[in-house]
Amino acid sequence: MKISVNGRKRSYTGPAFKRLIDVLREDFGLTGTKEGCGEGECGACTVLLDGRPVASCLIPVEHAEGRKIETVESLAPGKALNPLQKSFLEEAASQCGICTPGVLLTAWSWVRAGGSADRQAIRRHLSGNLCRCTGYQSIVDAVVKTIKRRIR
Amino acid sequence: MKVLRPRSADEALRLFSENPLALPFSGGTDLMVAWNMGSLNGKPVLDLSAIREWIGIRKMPGGLAVGALTTHAELRDHPEIRRNFPLLAAACAAVGSVQIQNRGTLGGNIANASPAGDTFPALAVYEARVRTISRHGRRNIPFLHMFAGVKKTALNQTELIEAVELPFLHAKPARQVFRKVGTRAAQAISKTVAAGLVWLEKGGAIKEFRFALGSMAPTVRRLAAAEAFLKGRTPSSSAIETAAGLLTKDVHPIDDFRSTAEYRLEVSRNILRSFLGT
Ligand SMILES: Cc1cc2nc3c(=O)[nH]c(=O)nc-3n(C[C@H](O)[C@H](O)[C@H](O)COP(=O)(O)OP(=O)(O)OC[C@H]3O[C@@H](n4cnc5c(N)ncnc54)[C@H](O)[C@@H]3O)c2cc1C
Ligand code: FES
Ligand code: FES
Repeated sequence: MKISVNGRKRSYTGPAFKRLIDVLREDFGLTGTKEGCGEGECGACTVLLDGRPVASCLIPVEHAEGRKIETVESLAPGKALNPLQKSFLEEAASQCGICTPGVLLTAWSWVRAGGSADRQAIRRHLSGNLCRCTGYQSIVDAVVKTIKRRIR
Repeated sequence: MKVLRPRSADEALRLFSENPLALPFSGGTDLMVAWNMGSLNGKPVLDLSAIREWIGIRKMPGGLAVGALTTHAELRDHPEIRRNFPLLAAACAAVGSVQIQNRGTLGGNIANASPAGDTFPALAVYEARVRTISRHGRRNIPFLHMFAGVKKTALNQTELIEAVELPFLHAKPARQVFRKVGTRAAQAISKTVAAGLVWLEKGGAIKEFRFALGSMAPTVRRLAAAEAFLKGRTPSSSAIETAAGLLTKDVHPIDDFRSTAEYRLEVSRNILRSFLGT
């Protein structure tokens, strides 16, 4: 089957029910996607499927056939960081980092779709991404900062 | 593992009759958890996700038909659902998280038949019907008859859910409520989940009252006794108190690791009180 991953066409020939997270990490070498719980609860494994955040631990790879996947590696294809990543650095919105790829992608889907800087709405959108380190304040700060910068 | 992936409803029915033990699979938000734990091993899977006809929301005479594969996210955002069935849109927005809403389907939510299914109270007060399909034909099941017990539906071995039919309300309700009470806003299984609609007479008496609760019995319940009692009455505080007292005619919550029966009852009564009170 063919899958578009980070803008590149990839082919995959293994079992249809391998989890998308495992295909990304093992077959495609994209180890930016992390596994937390493996049960859809924590959001660490979030990737974008046709632009929308989904838990890649709950997706059989055949559901990605012919569709567009974006992983955290897509945010900074060259050397330059994505504006959201820059804000994360400035606001210290990442500590241990295990949640960060998933948080970045869920937040990026919000920023890219033109989501508002309303903190409550951002928190609601991010509520499926658990972070045990930051207490979320700095994450929300970083998202708001990115949106405000883009508006100006 | 054998995986069948029909591209049409006809093909799905054919494959299902050839593989009667196959497990239907839609968004996988329930089943992948089981799969990851190794408890699906060996079972053939009938992956319905590529059946285009079952995705999306269509007009039908007197209402809307929601394809079984429609996701919670689509329902949450759909203008016709938000306008005509706002309690369902609110329920879908309360399922899991954005990630779960983007994948979980309405058909899967119903077929899973959890006592805590968050869309059920809304579907119960809207008097939805579940359209099933099998090689023997179709059935149209009133929503409250869909469930036989915890994790048990009225589906027989050969049936799949094709769509959920939502009849338009005869008139705009005077008030409506959806409330989910869980430990936190996201990813929490409901301790109680409620949906209510009320229509009033010109003089303020209750013309019609519909109220349903989830997580309060093995299956979703309409409060038949309280609904009948309030019909024709003015919602005075004593009438509301009597109605709240009638809750236990229709629901009987349990103590479990998530909450206690007493808490669930009191919170549910409070939702009813604040819905009807001024
Ligand atoms: C982290 C997490 C949080 C969750 N939070 C909530 C929540 O807050 N509220 C809530 O209500 N649910 C919640 N769920 C449960 C689940 O997401 C929903 O029930 C969802 O709607 C299931 O749909 P699905 O398409 O993913 O089902 P699947 O996993 O594909 O299937 C579920 C069941 O339905 C059967 N089935 C699927 N489609 C059909 C069909 N068309 N015909 C017949 N049988 C069918 C399957 O055989 C299976 O038994 C959560 C799940 C997770 C993992
Ligand atoms: S690893 Fe997928 S949601 Fe936790
Ligand atoms: S930075 Fe450690 S879990 Fe979020």
